[in-house]
Amino acid sequence: MLRLLTLVIALAWLPFAVSAQELQTLLQSHRDVIIKPSRKTVGPTLDALVASGLPTVRGFLEAWQEKNVYLHAEDDLFYTGSEDDSGDLTLLDVDTGAEAATGVGRKDAQQIKPNGGVRREIGSALVAFQLSDPDIARRTQALDALARALDASQLAPLIASIDSETDARLKTRKQKLANYLQARFGESPAIRVAAINNLADDLSVDGRAVLSQILAVKMLVAQELPDGTNVASVLAPGEGDLERDTAYQMLVDDHGLPALVLASDIRRALETHVEGGISGGVPVAKLDNQAERIRAYDTLVAAGKVPARVSEAAIDAAFADWGFYNVYLESDPTITEAAETAQASVKTRVSLSQTADIGLDAISLASIYFLAAIGLAVTFGVMGVINMAHGEFIMMGAYTGYIVQQIVPDYTLSLIIALPLAFAVTFGAGVAMERLVIRWLYNRPLETLLATFGISIALQQLAKNIFGTQARPLTSPGWLDGAWIINDVIQISYIRIAIFVLALTFLCLLLLILKRTRLGLEVRAVTQNPRMAASMGINPEKIKMLTFGLGSGIAGIAGVAIGLYAKVTSEMGADYIVQSFMTVVVGGVGNVWGTLAGASMIGGFQKGVEWLNPSNTLAAQTYMILFIILFIQFRPKGIVALKGRAAGD
Amino acid sequence: MQRSFLAQNPSVLWFLAALGIFTIGVTLLAEGTGSAFISTSFVKTLGKVLCLCLIAIAMDVVWGYCGILSLGHFAFFGIGGYSVGMWLMYARTEAIVETSMAPSVIPPTAAEVQDAIAAQIFGVVGASEFPMIWMFSHSLVLQLLMVVLIPGLLALIFGWLAFRSRVTGVYLSILTQAMTLALSLYLLQNDSGLRGNNGLSGLQNIPGFDNVPQSTISMVFFWASALALGAGYVLFARVLSGKMGSVIRAVRDDEVRVRFLGYHVESYKLFVFTLTAIVAGIAGALYYPQAGIINPTEVAPIASIYLAVWVAIGGRGRLYGSVIGAAFVSLLASWFTGGGAPNINLGVYEILWTEWWLVLLGASFVAVTLFFPGGIGSLFDRLKGDAK
Amino acid sequence: MSTLLELSGVSVSFDGFKAINNLSFQIGEPELRAIIGPNGAGKTTFMDIVTGKTKPDEGRIVFGERNISLIGMSESKIAREGVGRKFQKPTVFEAQTVRENLAMALKNPRGPFEVLFYRKTKEGAARIEALAEQIGLTDELTRVAGELSHGQKQWLEIGMLLAQEPRLLLVDEPAAGMTPAEREKTTTMLVDAAKTRAVVVVEHDMEFVRRLNCKVTVLHEGSVLAEGSLDHVTQNPEVIEVYLGR
Repeated sequence: MLRLLTLVIALAWLPFAVSAQELQTLLQSHRDVIIKPSRKTVGPTLDALVASGLPTVRGFLEAWQEKNVYLHAEDDLFYTGSEDDSGDLTLLDVDTGAEAATGVGRKDAQQIKPNGGVRREIGSALVAFQLSDPDIARRTQALDALARALDASQLAPLIASIDSETDARLKTRKQKLANYLQARFGESPAIRVAAINNLADDLSVDGRAVLSQILAVKMLVAQELPDGTNVASVLAPGEGDLERDTAYQMLVDDHGLPALVLASDIRRALETHVEGGISGGVPVAKLDNQAERIRAYDTLVAAGKVPARVSEAAIDAAFADWGFYNVYLESDPTITEAAETAQASVKTRVSLSQTADIGLDAISLASIYFLAAIGLAVTFGVMGVINMAHGEFIMMGAYTGYIVQQIVPDYTLSLIIALPLAFAVTFGAGVAMERLVIRWLYNRPLETLLATFGISIALQQLAKNIFGTQARPLTSPGWLDGAWIINDVIQISYIRIAIFVLALTFLCLLLLILKRTRLGLEVRAVTQNPRMAASMGINPEKIKMLTFGLGSGIAGIAGVAIGLYAKVTSEMGADYIVQSFMTVVVGGVGNVWGTLAGASMIGGFQKGVEWLNPSNTLAAQTYMILFIILFIQFRPKGIVALKGRAAGD
Repeated sequence: MQRSFLAQNPSVLWFLAALGIFTIGVTLLAEGTGSAFISTSFVKTLGKVLCLCLIAIAMDVVWGYCGILSLGHFAFFGIGGYSVGMWLMYARTEAIVETSMAPSVIPPTAAEVQDAIAAQIFGVVGASEFPMIWMFSHSLVLQLLMVVLIPGLLALIFGWLAFRSRVTGVYLSILTQAMTLALSLYLLQNDSGLRGNNGLSGLQNIPGFDNVPQSTISMVFFWASALALGAGYVLFARVLSGKMGSVIRAVRDDEVRVRFLGYHVESYKLFVFTLTAIVAGIAGALYYPQAGIINPTEVAPIASIYLAVWVAIGGRGRLYGSVIGAAFVSLLASWFTGGGAPNINLGVYEILWTEWWLVLLGASFVAVTLFFPGGIGSLFDRLKGDAK
Repeated sequence: MSTLLELSGVSVSFDGFKAINNLSFQIGEPELRAIIGPNGAGKTTFMDIVTGKTKPDEGRIVFGERNISLIGMSESKIAREGVGRKFQKPTVFEAQTVRENLAMALKNPRGPFEVLFYRKTKEGAARIEALAEQIGLTDELTRVAGELSHGQKQWLEIGMLLAQEPRLLLVDEPAAGMTPAEREKTTTMLVDAAKTRAVVVVEHDMEFVRRLNCKVTVLHEGSVLAEGSLDHVTQNPEVIEVYLGR
């Protein structure tokens, strides 16, 4: 506000400053500030300089900012200067730019050294000039500076620079910023309301900040509302955010009402008035309950030793007498009304976008669960075997990726190598485990569960022994950095998209293998009736081995994918194993679609709970598990269940 | 009846005799009561092992005899520990607060004492008021009741839901695992009312016995644990004898057939599940005052899986087998991880047992499952077979 | 002879396949009945429905004089009402002795607490001895059931069923895998049992059915194709078509 005023004064003064020494004169009139500027005092001076409209101001400001302004002792005038090879100075006239003196010794000229805060102020004053700079980088820089701190003084230069802007992107940005400035500092209410209305569909943080700045409120306590106050809301003490004690304390602090006597005050008063084991007429030993203490205190009050307690009735009376208001800092109600409407509209849009964003998050979480669980689903479905070491296969895949990155430094190439290699490594591990352990435990599912758990402990500790306990990074290639930004609220990182694509690929691939290949046919035959399959020339042993290898191999690839967005640790598998089981169980065993449904449901539910209570992901997981336990009650066989005799219960 | 039951089950007498000799032996050698050959901390370790043996028997009954592979019994153990821990922590803090408030000029009101206790206990999680679940923490009797009631009720509700909808086999195992995971995640939250990650601590200090040295307290808990283990053994042996045991084992082997015999299988499973949960709760209530601290990691799924490991290594379907398994593996674990085992230097590489113990345990567990499904307990059968 | 079990209009389908299609069936007490039919005729599903293992999509099943509906009852409740079932594969509790197997099946209260505080009685012991006598396993009472021969297991299971004292006995292929002498003995047991109760035998083996010498029901595609004496139904052209036509 003050600056605006200065600007007006400066503009009024402008026509009189027309001599050849215009800038020098102007500088001299602000001499003290320029020589010893501080962040607080430099403002009016800068405003005056900018408002002068002199073509030489920009050059001077830049020189000032870079500490290249000198006060020549000889004539006591300001010069811009530069050091020559010998360390002497060459001084240039601030108005003409002509060389005024060369070889000036350092002692003969006083260098003006503005501090950092002042230089920033100078920088924002320069913004106005830089907005039309031919160099696009400087224009962008200027806009960044402008957006950081919106200021009324920048409105005019910004608008002036829009027409001449050649870059389309910068032009829209300028228009947007101009709109923000109009909304806050526009000349007339009509202009401001129009600008505010434009903000109704702006979801950006900056746009929302503009609205909330316009709608900023302060609290006002008054018996009668002063004229022209723009009331946002009337507050009732004890309801909503305003607590009774806080409200009353405000009356005490600002309007001198008698202070509340709290329980601690009573205690302190009684303690200070103990005389011969008695305080307030009550023996000290009896003062171990609040009722006695109040009685004793009231005795002290009667004796005039302590201030009286403020009764609830008195507080109520005070509240009846005084009003508590939230008052807009902006005095014009038409503007706040428009801003409220715009803000409501923005809020609706933001929450819609947030819902969409949660949806995307849920999809990407579901993709991760799907990837982690699908291998398990294959082995569980085909062989009825719970592989507790599945999580460790995920970990193995991730460490494979890490090792490959140590050897092949190119991240894209290493990823291309790591994916099939992780599959191969875990495929091999899976086949080995099937041959050595699981084969001997068919038809004893609970023992398989325990034996594979033994393997899980051993593998986890082995990884810890080899790679240590600290997390190893698995760096994603550059083209996977960053995020796809749909609007200011909805954005999703490329890595998550890649994981989604990977999950989708695996879904299609598995469906293809199971439905269209000989292997798939045999796998399905073994799943449904192993004895019949064996009598038809299928080797169930081989099929089980391959299936187990396939399931484990997928876990390896999932490991690489998970490692890319989380850290690789020896415990990473354990973090996913329970969720993977849930996914398989909820989805229904032995069905790719079931696993997909399970993963979607668990991912969706978890994100949904997180949305309701964003601060607490632990609670989200707790509720998710409780939900699953209940879900199993109603669909013990999962979402996609086999029915009838084929289910074989 | 009881006499004839013991007469019919000589193994129970053998077990009680062995436990009695062990208890007397430890008493004679312990620091607090005997020749101080066994340190107080080792007495505590032995007392804790007895509690683990007790929950191992419970696990054996529910898994080895009834066929329900519960991967969640440590949840009940933990609840027992938390229940008793709440009283220990409350009562001890109350004593401290009262001492610190005693010198003040005016005696404190009940509300002031409460607030001070709450601030002491919940300061670490940034709270200063008692949550609802602490409403009985002032009363030892009520908290001891909770040791039994909460695991029992939780098992009853969970079991009723799960068995009613015929969730069996690995599904049930996963579901019990989910239950204990949910509990540990819940406890990890700061606003769970149980001090989140910090858990309950200082449980080794028994309020009202501040002047009694730990060496004596540890012996009292050791005896209590031995008593509980003996009583638990007799209780389960009684349940598993006669027709009840017959039906329970029949449920394990073929529950469909049992159903067609007219037995309501779900009631039997629920009975076993709940009873073992209660015993697990009692075991936990005795364990944690000896451990001194309880926190949410104690009820993480891994703990319950280790429980299954002990029972499997000891030998399922034999009560003494599970006791041997729990004692053997947990003592071995503390020997290996405590640096008791000599490291093996292979020249190029030195095997540090603190690092390799879990690998050894995992591998030997696989080996036991594959080659030695009867566990250590089956050795006794072989001995008996030779004697014949 | 009064009607003990009556099914009317019962249907059940699995994923669109109609395993039982509008089946109506009755059996009196006492009566011996054989059910035959080709594979997939719905014989096992019929037993599943009566014993409560499978819930029918529609139809009525009533049992006993009080005409109680069996639909919606749990398997164990139906068993306690007096329906016993013998599975195709002998299912005895192999880890337990013959005596324990029989004791478990004896008709006694079935609740967990009643069982927990159950005391052995003289009558119970006598009943077990009598049953063992009946099924020819007196000498095997202390043996573990898993050590018995295939035929002995089948008899033990029949003995367990008799111990339940059911009013209706459903027997699935009792003669499968037996020696001729064992079959002879099994036939006698079933015919004896049917003197005081209803017995339904599902069987493939025509020779065995002939020996039972009872009324025969032919199932085909989930409903009754023919009913009557064995000679009567085997002359029925439809039955011949079903058995030989495929």
